[in-house]
Amino acid sequence: MISSIIFIILLASASYLFYKNISKIRRNILLGKDIDRKDNPKQRWETMAMIALGQKKMVVRPVAGILHIIVYAGFIIINIEVLEIIIDGIFGTHRVFSFAGVLYNFLIGSFEILALGVALGCAIFLIRRNIIKLKRFASKDLDGWPRSDANYILITEILLMTAFLFMNGSDSILQSRGEAHYIQAGSFPVSSMLSPILSGLTNETLIFIERFCWWFHLVGILAFLNYLPYSKHLHILFAFPVTYFSNLKPKGEFQNLETVTNEVKLMLDPSLTPPPPPETPLKFGVKDVFDLTWKQLLDAYSCTECGRCTSVCPANQTGKLLSPRKILMDTRDRITEVGKNIDTNNGTFADDGKTLLGSYITEEELWACNTCNACTEACPVNLDPLSIIVDMRQYLVMEQSSAPAALNSMFTNIENNGAPWQFSPSDRLNWASED
Amino acid sequence: MAECVARGEEPEILFWVGCSGSFDDRAKKITKAIVKILNHVNIKFAVLGPEESCTGDPAKRAGNEFLFQMQAMQNINTLNGYNVKKIVTGCPHCFNTIKNEYPGLGGKYQVVHHTQLIQQLIDSGKLKVEGGAFKGKKITFHDPCYLGRGNGEYEAPRTIIQKLDAELNEMKRSREKGFCCGAGGAQMFKEAEKGNKEVNVERTEEALETNAEVIATGCPFCMTMMRDGVKHFEKESKVQVLDVAEMIAQANDL
Ligand code: SF4
Ligand code: SF4
Repeated sequence: MISSIIFIILLASASYLFYKNISKIRRNILLGKDIDRKDNPKQRWETMAMIALGQKKMVVRPVAGILHIIVYAGFIIINIEVLEIIIDGIFGTHRVFSFAGVLYNFLIGSFEILALGVALGCAIFLIRRNIIKLKRFASKDLDGWPRSDANYILITEILLMTAFLFMNGSDSILQSRGEAHYIQAGSFPVSSMLSPILSGLTNETLIFIERFCWWFHLVGILAFLNYLPYSKHLHILFAFPVTYFSNLKPKGEFQNLETVTNEVKLMLDPSLTPPPPPETPLKFGVKDVFDLTWKQLLDAYSCTECGRCTSVCPANQTGKLLSPRKILMDTRDRITEVGKNIDTNNGTFADDGKTLLGSYITEEELWACNTCNACTEACPVNLDPLSIIVDMRQYLVMEQSSAPAALNSMFTNIENNGAPWQFSPSDRLNWASED
Repeated sequence: MAECVARGEEPEILFWVGCSGSFDDRAKKITKAIVKILNHVNIKFAVLGPEESCTGDPAKRAGNEFLFQMQAMQNINTLNGYNVKKIVTGCPHCFNTIKNEYPGLGGKYQVVHHTQLIQQLIDSGKLKVEGGAFKGKKITFHDPCYLGRGNGEYEAPRTIIQKLDAELNEMKRSREKGFCCGAGGAQMFKEAEKGNKEVNVERTEEALETNAEVIATGCPFCMTMMRDGVKHFEKESKVQVLDVAEMIAQANDL
C-alpha cells in the first residue's frame, strides 16, 4: 500500500516536471520566426518513417548504424516492460501481463535478449568514445559537458539494462522456489545465466535484489526522462518532429527573402507605391536566436552531437575553424540561455549584451563555409546547419557591411559589370570569335 | 538571341553560358565544346551574349540577398522578354539558381545542366558516342556540389563517361559523399580562412589516388580548383582535368 502511494507520487511528479520542461523548450522554439513546413504531409510522414523510425541515414556508417538500431529498438521495446512496471506499481500486482501466457514468455524472453544487446551496444559506444577516441568524438566541440553527457547516457542505459536482468534473474529463482507472490511467468534466456551468482542467496536477499532492481529500473527511467531536456539525448523524441519538418526542396535551393523581394521590386520599378513602413524597422539576416526560424531552433534542440556533419565538412577537414555541429550546439546553448533569462525576468527577455553571432559564433567560422551541403546530407536526422550559416552571412553583409574585402569587390563587380570579375559585359561573346 | 528574334526565329533552347564560360580562358573551352555538340546535333539554340548577366549565385551564397535578387529580376526580365522556355547551362551554379531560385521571383523555365542534355541526346540516339581517345583510359569523376547533392544528379555525367568505353574509377568520397572542390559558397572569390590545407589540394590528392589519367567534372569552378590542385602536385603532364562536354566533343572529333 505504502509502496503504491510512493510509486504514484513519484510517477506523477516526474511526469509533471517533464511536462513543464518540455513546455519551456516549446516556448523557446516558438520564439523563432515562422516558416511554412506544412506542405506535402504525405511526403513528410514518409520522411519521418524512413529517417527517424527507419534510421535510413544511420546505416550509411554501418558499424555505428547497426549498433544504434539495436540500442534504439531495444530501448524502445523494453519500455513495454515499463508499462507493466507502472501497472504493477500502482496496484501492487506482480507481472500483471502474465495472463498472456506463451506470448508473455516470448516477450520477456526477447526483452532479455534485447537488453543484453543494448548493454553490449552501449559498451561498444563507450569504447569508441573513450578508448578508441574516434576523431569526431575527440573533437574540441565536445569538451566539457557534452562529452560527459554522452557518457552518462551510455552508462545509465547499461545500468538500467543490468538492473532489468538482475530483476528477472532473482525473480525466476524465487519463482522456482515457490515464493508467495512470485507467480510462474516469463522465460529468462539471458538472466538465467546469472543463476550461478544468485542461486546461493536466501529468499530474503533475492526479494531485496528483485525489489531494488525493480525500483531502480523505474526511478532510472523517470530520471532519464527528466534528464532529456538538458541533454543531446532529447533527439530520441525530437527526431520525429524534426524529420517531419525536414527541408523537402532540393538542397541547392536557398530560400528567397520576401522582405528583400519587396524592396528590390520598388527599386526596379519606382512607379509602384511603397507599402506603409513596417512598425519595426526591417532587419535582414540572423544575429541572435530571435531572428532564426522555429525550425532552426528545433534543429538545435534535436542535434545528436554525433559530428557526422563536421566529419565530412571540407572546411573543418582542412583545419578551418568552422564546424557545423558547433553551429547547432552554440545555437542550443544560446536559446537555452535566453530561455533562462526569460524565466528569471518574469516572462520577458532582458538584454544581456550577448548575441549568437559574436558571443558564440565568429565571423571566421561563417566565412569558411563552402555551402556544399555535405553536412546536411550526412546528418542522420536531416538537420540544416547550413541555413543558419547563410542567414548569419546575410546579417554580416546586409546589416553590417562586414564581408571580407575580396567578397565586397566581387559584389561591386557584379553590380557594375554583371559578372563577379572585372570584365565588360560587351566582351561576353568574345569566346565565339576566339579560337 | 536578339539576332534570332530579329530574324523572326524561335530557338529551341537558350544556352546560358555563365560568367566563367564567358570570361575565364579555360572555361571558354567548355563553352565551345558545348556549342560544338549543339551544332553537331543540329539543335537551334541561342545565347544572350552581352544581355546575359551574373545569375547572382555567388552574391546569394555570400549573404548578399539584395544583389542576388537585383540580378535575378533583371535576368528574368530579359528571359521572359524573349519568351524563353528551355535553358541549358554550362555551370551547375547557374543551373541551380535558375532552376530552383528564379521560379519564386517569376522566372519559370525548364532548366537542364549540360551533362543532362548530353545524356538525353545520347539516349534519344541523336548523339552517337564512341570512345575515341578515351577508350580504356582511367577516368575519375568529381561531383560538383550543386549538381550532385544540390540537385541529386549523379548519374548523367557517369552514364556519359561510361559511353566513352573508359574505365571509371570512383574516388573514396563520391556521389552523395562527394568532397567539395573548395570553390562553392563564394570561396572562389576570396582567400580561404586559416587552416592546415587547401580544400582543392585535399580533393585533388584523393582524385590522384585513383591513378586517373583524366579528372572529369561538370563545373567551371571545379575545373579551376582541380587544375590548381593538379599543378600543386606537378602532375599537369600526366593528368588532365576535363569537362564531360569536352570529352564528348573530343571523342567525336568535333
Ligand atoms: S555546407 Fe558549409 S558547413 Fe556544411 S559541410 Fe559544407 S562547408 Fe561545411
Ligand atoms: S547536425 Fe546532425 S550530423 Fe551534425 S552533429 Fe547534429 S545530428 Fe549529428
